[in-house]
Amino acid sequence: MIQAFDLVKDFGPIRAVDRVGFEVNKGDILGFLGPNGAGKSTTMKMVTGFLSPTSGRAEIGGVNVQENPREAKRRIGYLPESGPLYQEMTVFEFLRFIAEIRGLRGGKAREALDRVSHLCHLHAVRNQPIETLSKGFRQRVGMAQAVLHDPPCLILDEPTDGLDPNQKQDVRRLIASMADEKAIILSTHILEEVEAMCNRVIIISGGRILVDETPRSLIRRHPQYGAVQMQVLDNEHGSARETLLRLDGVHDVEARDEHWLVLPDRGIDDLKPRLWEAARREKWRLISMHDAPLKLEDVFRNLTRPDGESAEERSPPGARNKGSAAPA
Amino acid sequence: MKVTLTLIKREFLAYFRSPVAYVFLTVFLVAATGLPWFLGGFFESNDAGLRPFFIFLPWVFLFLVPAVGMRLWSEEKRSGTWELLFTLPVSTWQAVTGKFLAGWAFVSLAVLLTFTMPVTIAYLGTPDWGPVFSGYLGAVLMAGAFLGICSAVSALTKNQVISFVVSVIICLALVLLGWSAFNELMLALNLPVWLVDTLANFSFVTHFEGMIAGLIRLRDVVFFLSLMLFALCLNVLVLER
Repeated sequence: MIQAFDLVKDFGPIRAVDRVGFEVNKGDILGFLGPNGAGKSTTMKMVTGFLSPTSGRAEIGGVNVQENPREAKRRIGYLPESGPLYQEMTVFEFLRFIAEIRGLRGGKAREALDRVSHLCHLHAVRNQPIETLSKGFRQRVGMAQAVLHDPPCLILDEPTDGLDPNQKQDVRRLIASMADEKAIILSTHILEEVEAMCNRVIIISGGRILVDETPRSLIRRHPQYGAVQMQVLDNEHGSARETLLRLDGVHDVEARDEHWLVLPDRGIDDLKPRLWEAARREKWRLISMHDAPLKLEDVFRNLTRPDGESAEERSPPGARNKGSAAPA
Repeated sequence: MKVTLTLIKREFLAYFRSPVAYVFLTVFLVAATGLPWFLGGFFESNDAGLRPFFIFLPWVFLFLVPAVGMRLWSEEKRSGTWELLFTLPVSTWQAVTGKFLAGWAFVSLAVLLTFTMPVTIAYLGTPDWGPVFSGYLGAVLMAGAFLGICSAVSALTKNQVISFVVSVIICLALVLLGWSAFNELMLALNLPVWLVDTLANFSFVTHFEGMIAGLIRLRDVVFFLSLMLFALCLNVLVLER
């Protein structure tokens, strides 16, 4: 549905986006991650036709955005960063304006307005000027505006930015409810959001794509991927640890407060059954054993560290497909 | 076409959703009708014509049209709504003409609200309606030309103050070039007559003069219309750069 081919954008001497390419299909939610100034917004602006790329092209459902912008824009719903709206208009005046521009008139416009005001819970504020609304409501008006014409493609630039936890949850639910029949791109800073909603992640830094994969395979890049946390009761001083270290597939055992963090050797992803087996054999009294909680944040930090140190050398088992993201 | 109409409607109503419209209309009407009464000797001239009213108009427009035009694009850029606008299925031309026509309609409304002046002369005497109509036509065309320039300038910056000041300066130049006192100054500086005449031909005032006198000349109408078109082309170029 949404395709980008080698998009490049220069602002004067600065290359903001450097050969970014990807493809998003119906049913996909692509999470766009990256530090501030990485080129996320610029990429999205090129895909929506607001900025023209220095080179490369974007296509929406096979329509070239630069050559046929109006046709392409009809198929896109776009929520710009920080949701700019015509502040002096009331919510319904604004949405009616968008509907008219989108070519929805009369009954169709009313239907669309009803649908989105229900979807985004805007009925209570429909006659209020937008400037008097809270941030959460404004964001919802922005969402309503983006989905008003029921577009096949949705591009959302930081849709949950500045919202409180409940509102974030609402917006996420809203996006997830539309996931099946749309191709969605969203950018965010919040990694849990990516984990919860997206089936694909692109991490972009310095204008380049670093990673293009599923959140599940992204987590494999975590230095502690496959590690197990276990707590054993009343072991004799150090003996259990020694046994663990001798165990096949165990790379290291770190002591953490009450428990141990058992790190696997490279390529081992069945550490838990092995430990379980060992515990039974040695008749340890296990209090707990579970996968070490991994944060995508660590992966993100590793990948986008500003010291320029590439994460490649540290890539844990399972990492693959680095940097190559152009669609076939 | 429908898209442009929608844009015109939104933009025109936007003036009235804020106090801008009311402040503007009040100041404009006070200035445009007050100047001929108190400075122009409108009453003392003992003439049932609107000449004293029209000759002040370029000077009133000089400050008030940039006040209308400064927000056209600067405001969109500052608040980021132009990103919204240009990701809707709207071409740059449609957006530019839509906003311009809305502004022009608004300024024209202000001009038409000075109808009390012709009513006054009609009450006090028997006016020659020809120059009144041609003068009003000229005023509306001139306002459009002013506004075209302001619109193009406002597309250059997101700062409304800069937009206003630069617009005033450009418009001032275009008014001064045709002002008789300024022309005499140029001649006194021994500039050749053809040069002074050529420069004067670029002025609003030169082309407006004829219309005040009751002449609707094609070249004057073409001047104002082509100036608007030129400004709008520039406006589109600036936005698409």
